[in-house]
Amino acid sequence: MQTEHNEIISKARLIGLFEKNRKLLVRNDTKFLAVKRDKAFASFVELGFPDTSLESWSLTDLEECLARGYDYHLHPMKEMDIQKVFRCNIPHLDTAVIGQLNGWYVSKDVPLMKLGNGIIMGSLAEARKTYPQLIEKYYGTMADDMAEGLTALNTAFAQDGVFIYVPDHVKSPRPVQLINVIHHGENLFLQPRNLIVVGANAKLSLVHCDDSYNHQASFSNIVTEVHVGAHGVLDHYKLQNLNNESTLVSSVYFRLEEAANLESHYISLNGGMLRNNIRLLFNGPHGNANIYGIYLMDGRQHVDNQVFVDHAHPGCTSHEMFKGILDEHAHAIFNGHVLVRRDAVKTDARQTNKNILLTDTARVNSKPFLEIYNDDVKCSHGSTTGQLDTESMFYMRQRGIGEDTARMLLMFAFADEIVSKIAIPQLRQRIEDMVKKRLQGELQICEQCVLHCSSPEHPVEFQIDMSKILA
Amino acid sequence: MLLQIKNLHAGINGKEILRGVNLEVNKGEVHAIMGPNGTGKSTLASVIAGREVFDVTAGEILYKGKNLEALSIEDRAREGIFLGFQYPVEIPGVSITNFLRTAVNEIRKFKGLDPLPGGDFLRLMEEKKRLVEITSNLTNRSVNEGFSGGEKKKNEIFQMAMLEPMLAILDETDSGLDIDALRIVANGVNKLRRPDNAFVVITHYQRLLDYIVPDFVHVLFEGKIVKSGSKELAIELEEKGYDWIKKEQEA
Repeated sequence: MQTEHNEIISKARLIGLFEKNRKLLVRNDTKFLAVKRDKAFASFVELGFPDTSLESWSLTDLEECLARGYDYHLHPMKEMDIQKVFRCNIPHLDTAVIGQLNGWYVSKDVPLMKLGNGIIMGSLAEARKTYPQLIEKYYGTMADDMAEGLTALNTAFAQDGVFIYVPDHVKSPRPVQLINVIHHGENLFLQPRNLIVVGANAKLSLVHCDDSYNHQASFSNIVTEVHVGAHGVLDHYKLQNLNNESTLVSSVYFRLEEAANLESHYISLNGGMLRNNIRLLFNGPHGNANIYGIYLMDGRQHVDNQVFVDHAHPGCTSHEMFKGILDEHAHAIFNGHVLVRRDAVKTDARQTNKNILLTDTARVNSKPFLEIYNDDVKCSHGSTTGQLDTESMFYMRQRGIGEDTARMLLMFAFADEIVSKIAIPQLRQRIEDMVKKRLQGELQICEQCVLHCSSPEHPVEFQIDMSKILA
Repeated sequence: MLLQIKNLHAGINGKEILRGVNLEVNKGEVHAIMGPNGTGKSTLASVIAGREVFDVTAGEILYKGKNLEALSIEDRAREGIFLGFQYPVEIPGVSITNFLRTAVNEIRKFKGLDPLPGGDFLRLMEEKKRLVEITSNLTNRSVNEGFSGGEKKKNEIFQMAMLEPMLAILDETDSGLDIDALRIVANGVNKLRRPDNAFVVITHYQRLLDYIVPDFVHVLFEGKIVKSGSKELAIELEEKGYDWIKKEQEA
């Protein structure tokens, strides 16, 4: 059976699905990868889905989300409308756009590109076949199948997703925009798997968007592994604008080699249930990571950011700043855990979480946490949750600015501390506009998708313009 | 008459601070309100501006003949009441340009006018910056963020110049200013004096009144105006100190 319809997600169902379809799943695996897959499956059999008895899941209950009926597709769906995916690219921004629809890599004709400068990008399924050695070197080396049931499940079922490889010393001349769109007539359970490799002294800007185009429910269990080689630089943006029926568990595993540099921005604008597992390992000394997050939630939306930074080597710097505005009955969780190991002297680690609650019914659970095993470090953490500042409100209104506008300006200013860190000007402009729209309650999914795009009257023709990609 | 305050009683959290203030301000006049600390000067300013934490328990404030009671903070501002803050608020992330353009256009909208075109707005800003001798490009900075004390006060006068109020209440605008900044602030105010507007200058010291010459001086003491006079009253106060008032009141 290759498609299962409208069934709830349960451990038993997925075990059955795996056992019935193992041959299909491993058919393109090297021996090494097949072993990995089987081990991950065994781990899932043991761990199952996370539930609230686990500390890191105590405030995010997936039970209701899992209990809805979902289709599971083990083959790409036929009726793909790839035009939809690429409606999303950012105007006036010179990017290479690659896309996923319902978890599968989509392209017109080239599933995997190798550019003149050696950059490879395209379908992970295709890359497994074409570059098995390269894949074996990195795939599954960052994700932890033994600790996290959902990651194990993803590894067990992983078929496709995006692969980007930037060779040593190559600086990608343009940002790559990776668009992950869910658009289907039925509820979907998807498990895309991405692998991003930035070589030593290489550079990449990656804009990674999760969007939905309709109001159908979905459950996405996405695992992304990101390797940044020594002195490599990655500027990473994660944009989430999903409908209220979506559940997204996004697990990103970063590994930074010596003196590697990461800027990561998590921008959560909409989504029913969003869970970001962000795990970062400094795998060499003198690495630097800035992780920023902004979440704007209302209704009964739920967002849970779990950030774990492992300072395993000396002289690394990690700064986390997450900010959120919560309206109505929204619930946000921030759980930051910085582990400073014994040898990681001269560590500089900062964690900040700030929240504004607009109603009495919105909730925040914030837990910044430092675990330090040596004395020679500079670490700090802080968390604030409050209402809009009454002094500022009075000041603005005294200048003739109406109460609603004043609130809007203050909320935007609060968010802008994060948005202003976006290094790509066109993207920053776009996100600023979206944040404004979101705060005014005007941002929609679908027609006005995240990076909005063309209007339905002026559809953007999908074409990868090679001149934009080649160095 | 522009402002008429009749037997105003007001307080915060049940504690009465103003205990029957009477004050009349006509167009074209400058009034100074002096008095010791904690006597209600800033409360009076806040209550006129409509700050919601204060409760008016008796009396009334008439502005242009209308009772202000039902008017929101922003509508009072749009009607031409400006409060220069003793402690201007820092608003990180809101640029002065964006802040003032929003304010100017919301006031214009209230008056039934179209928004000021961008070019005109920027020209207006440049013109008013000169008035308070702001040379730095503060326009891209966040409102008051990281400003020195003097810069904040200059920025208050600059905002006042941009908004062209009918009634400006300056709450201890002189506090924390060195003599150069004081001169600049006072010059700014003097240039904005017109026959159709009025100023209420709240100050603790007589010093400011050497630069902004008032038509009337009032002494606020324990929530009441206990003495009014001409600018000479300020000089007398400076010489004799507030103890003089205290003793007179006790007598």
